[in-house]
Amino acid sequence: MTDSRFTGTNSYIATDDLSMAVNAAVTLQRPILIKGEPGTGKTQLAIEVANALGKPLYEWHIKSTTKAQQGLYEYDAVARLRDSQLGDDKVHDISNYIMPGKIWEAFDSEEQPVLLIDEIDKADIEFPNDLLQELDRMEFYVYETKKLISARTRPIIVITSNNEKELPDAFLRRCFFHYIKFPDQKTMAKIVDVHFPNLKKDLLSEALNSFYKVRDVRGLKKKPSTSELLDWIKLLLAEDIPLEALRTENSRSAIPPLYGALLKNEQDVHLFEQLVFLDRRANPQ
Amino acid sequence: MLIPFFYLLREGGMKTSITELLTLHEALKSGLAGQSVDDFYFLARTALVKDEAHLDRFDRIFGAYFKGVDDSLSDLMQEIPEEWLQRQAELSLSEEERQLIESMGGFEELMKALQERLEEQDERHEGGNKWIGTAGTSPFGAYGYNPEGVRIGQEGSRNRSAVKVWDKREYRNLDDSVELGTRNIKVALRRLRKFAREGAADQLDLNDTIDKTARNGGMLDIRMVPERHNAVKVLLCLDIGGSMDDHVRICEETFSAARSEFKHLEYFYFHNFVYENMWKDNRRRQAEKTPTLDITHKYPSDYKLIFVGDATMSPYEIVYPGGSVEHWNEEPGAAWMKRLLQTYPKAIWLNPEPKARWDYTPSVKLVQELMNDRMYPLTIAGLDEGIKALR
Repeated sequence: MTDSRFTGTNSYIATDDLSMAVNAAVTLQRPILIKGEPGTGKTQLAIEVANALGKPLYEWHIKSTTKAQQGLYEYDAVARLRDSQLGDDKVHDISNYIMPGKIWEAFDSEEQPVLLIDEIDKADIEFPNDLLQELDRMEFYVYETKKLISARTRPIIVITSNNEKELPDAFLRRCFFHYIKFPDQKTMAKIVDVHFPNLKKDLLSEALNSFYKVRDVRGLKKKPSTSELLDWIKLLLAEDIPLEALRTENSRSAIPPLYGALLKNEQDVHLFEQLVFLDRRANPQ
Repeated sequence: MLIPFFYLLREGGMKTSITELLTLHEALKSGLAGQSVDDFYFLARTALVKDEAHLDRFDRIFGAYFKGVDDSLSDLMQEIPEEWLQRQAELSLSEEERQLIESMGGFEELMKALQERLEEQDERHEGGNKWIGTAGTSPFGAYGYNPEGVRIGQEGSRNRSAVKVWDKREYRNLDDSVELGTRNIKVALRRLRKFAREGAADQLDLNDTIDKTARNGGMLDIRMVPERHNAVKVLLCLDIGGSMDDHVRICEETFSAARSEFKHLEYFYFHNFVYENMWKDNRRRQAEKTPTLDITHKYPSDYKLIFVGDATMSPYEIVYPGGSVEHWNEEPGAAWMKRLLQTYPKAIWLNPEPKARWDYTPSVKLVQELMNDRMYPLTIAGLDEGIKALR
């Protein structure tokens, strides 16, 4: 039914399985749940889907205090109370105090929108359950005004999760699911290429080699991910690091330059430096 | 056609539901998968699997179920290589599965072709090849209807071409992940939360304020309530030193997670097993001991007691007086354990050793008996179970 199929954009590389998951969700108009290591482009996906299909994007970022109701609407009782004390005329119409949330906004959109519900696992454990009906039927009831709000066009809903909480089964059953696995070196080269199109081939391959070596170091608490790699390459380019600095004969005999962009944990930096030190002692040059 | 596959998934321990099966059918009907098996695999995966820990399981079941179909069909087109029979037979097709293949068409033909090949191979065997010696001719009996014939070429080594996506099993290490970060532990521990309003009233109670204001004829009547706090109290006893050195990191993580998660957390250390004393500071463990009796008297019985230890020691250390490796204990550790459990009925033991190894250590069994089987492995799943037992 949708003639446009998502296959990635010129700034986002989507693997075949990811495209399939997105297209399934778009065609059947079900929400799609995206999981994966931090920094593998989960949130970016929604933005790119909206871009690629030319649809408006509504972003709803979830915090630990977010309630499901806030996505639908909020009734500002305090404002109404204040107005009533001040004798404001607005007070007689309750709809003046109903603030539409992101889901309402998306439901109200003229053309089919993309709705991003970002990091749903941050919220309370019951949060996804509270949205079941709304996501299923794409409608909800506003008790204050006794109106039923239903979606003009069912939005494409992209939900991301960092796996900090398990999501309820009933919720999962209504979604398509995709786990973005960490890209292999080939895919990664493509990803870097769309971000830095003019990067020299040899610099790219050296950078990728160093990057995967760092990732392979055992015992790292937080492995560097795609977004860290992109930042690192940006830094390398900005600092104009010569190719030779990246190219090392021995795998661990040198710390890659500007490694602060790759390792975000003090203990990891320590561990890495120790490994390098041990290695240098073992193989003096 | 997907129903047997659906049941196979459920037998494989996946919680696939009818809704999801219907979704998949709907997706297939709308022509999403096209003609390619890979597309079908991606589609089935995105519709049926909802937990990355199950991806590997799905891959294996998918491989086992559809491999036969896919391979045997493509085998018609190409030569069967020599090594095909060396593969171990893994899956026997049941009657209904065979019917399924038949209903997909081409089974008879396929089998005929296979039979021909079989016979051809058989002749070669008589020529002196070794392969059929171990496998025996019987699997290829009179009908040539044997599942092994369909299963050939698992792993895709058959034609040395690209491995099938699901045979790559890229999600292998995500299955039953044992990796525990502080964050995960915190989340697991969070299930133990029990909120209660205690202390000074410093938050506006909006509902009550509105209610009281309305009753007050519209004049504001502010109502306050105390903030909600996690009211769960935890007593954490950590085994330290000796065989626990291997598990330092995970214990550190559990400890730091527990510390930030519970406001009322008391912790004590012990070595190997609980006796008359525990201590709070490992460097001064000889000088600053806390008698276990003092602990049971000081902290009321609504505390939840969590032991963290590998419970790996000589059984004497538990059941005999004087069994401790560090000092002379007047009473056996088991007696102290019983006292603690009497005071704190809600208690669990978390063991960082993998569960599979528990059976080989008699002391673990002893501790399990003492704890009434409330011993759980120190993994996310184990922690979950343990927390359930504590509630």
